[in-house]
Amino acid sequence: MFDLAFYILAVLILGSALMVVTLRNIFHCALFLVLCMFSIAGIYILLEAEFIAAVQVLIYVGAVTILMIFAVMLTHQLTGKTIRQVNDQPIAALFIISSLLVLTLLALSKTTWEVASSSGVSPSATELGRALMTVYVLPFEVVSVVLLVALVGAIVISRGD
Amino acid sequence: MPVPLGYYLGLAAIIFTVGVIGVLVRRNAIIILMSIELMLNGANLTLVAFSVHLQELSGQVFVFLVMTVAAAEAAVGLAIIVMIFRNRESVNVDNLNIMKW
Amino acid sequence: MPSDYAYVGLFLIFGVAFVLITFFFARLLRPSRPNPIKNRSYECGETAVGSAWVQYNVSYYIYALIFVIFDVELVFLFPWAAAYRSLGLFAFVEMFIFIMILVFGLAYAWRKGALKWV
Repeated sequence: MFDLAFYILAVLILGSALMVVTLRNIFHCALFLVLCMFSIAGIYILLEAEFIAAVQVLIYVGAVTILMIFAVMLTHQLTGKTIRQVNDQPIAALFIISSLLVLTLLALSKTTWEVASSSGVSPSATELGRALMTVYVLPFEVVSVVLLVALVGAIVISRGD
Repeated sequence: MPVPLGYYLGLAAIIFTVGVIGVLVRRNAIIILMSIELMLNGANLTLVAFSVHLQELSGQVFVFLVMTVAAAEAAVGLAIIVMIFRNRESVNVDNLNIMKW
Repeated sequence: MPSDYAYVGLFLIFGVAFVLITFFFARLLRPSRPNPIKNRSYECGETAVGSAWVQYNVSYYIYALIFVIFDVELVFLFPWAAAYRSLGLFAFVEMFIFIMILVFGLAYAWRKGALKWV
């Protein structure tokens, strides 16, 4: 049952991710990105990280891809569909990519991963909140500064003058 | 856990690689940003898989912070791309070969 | 528990299947006689002007941007609210600082006129 769900989600993720990097129409790429992020949220649910799955849907599916679609609408070119999509060195790039994939998968299969023996309950939003408020309090406050800088910076950039 | 840890890690590695394909091969700057989001998602999946299998909370806190930074990065990056398009009428990265205009 | 989400999965499958089956039967039943007037995009009975692919104003991007930033802020409120009861005043002060820093951003956006609808 879990295996089946994992394989279905993996096929969905990889198929839509390949669509994102290969399709010619940028708008379709953005829509496949939504599908890919949504399926990754499904994988998080399989891992019993329910809160992270909800955050994935809220931030990636709800916010980041909306921003992508806005940017596609703002930069759409009428000639964009016939223009060359791939840059000058695809063969060198594919060589680097395939060696990267072989290396990571080789390292993955050669390593024996340690797994916690006790299958305790998975962390909930409450425990995540307590960790954010106590151990990770400095990163938590820095996050708000990062968001402030992003907001101010993006407004300055996109208002131009 | 019915599905072993290695499967999740393999899936994450392949997602990351697909993201690298997009960054290295495509010319459109928006597609490159989308591929960067894919790579970040691969890394997030690794962190969550380890966090769940090692019963350690900090991995999920990190994923939380990575998602925040990804949203901020997308906001600023897309603003830059939109402004470059308004100035150069192009979002192809190999047309963007001067630092000022 | 993930097995509880089987219902969500079933719901998704039925939802997608419903739409696909409806489209399939509609294709079987309907006559297909396209003409240029029928193929025009539908704009509430008005005659369509230009293409649907038009350049939008940049200020719409700024609204999307402000939405994204405060969406991320909102996501941080959920674990805080869930853990609030056991942490008390300390968590309140932390979240107060967090929100106050972001209020500066909102004030900046307001001051720059980025919130004005065009």
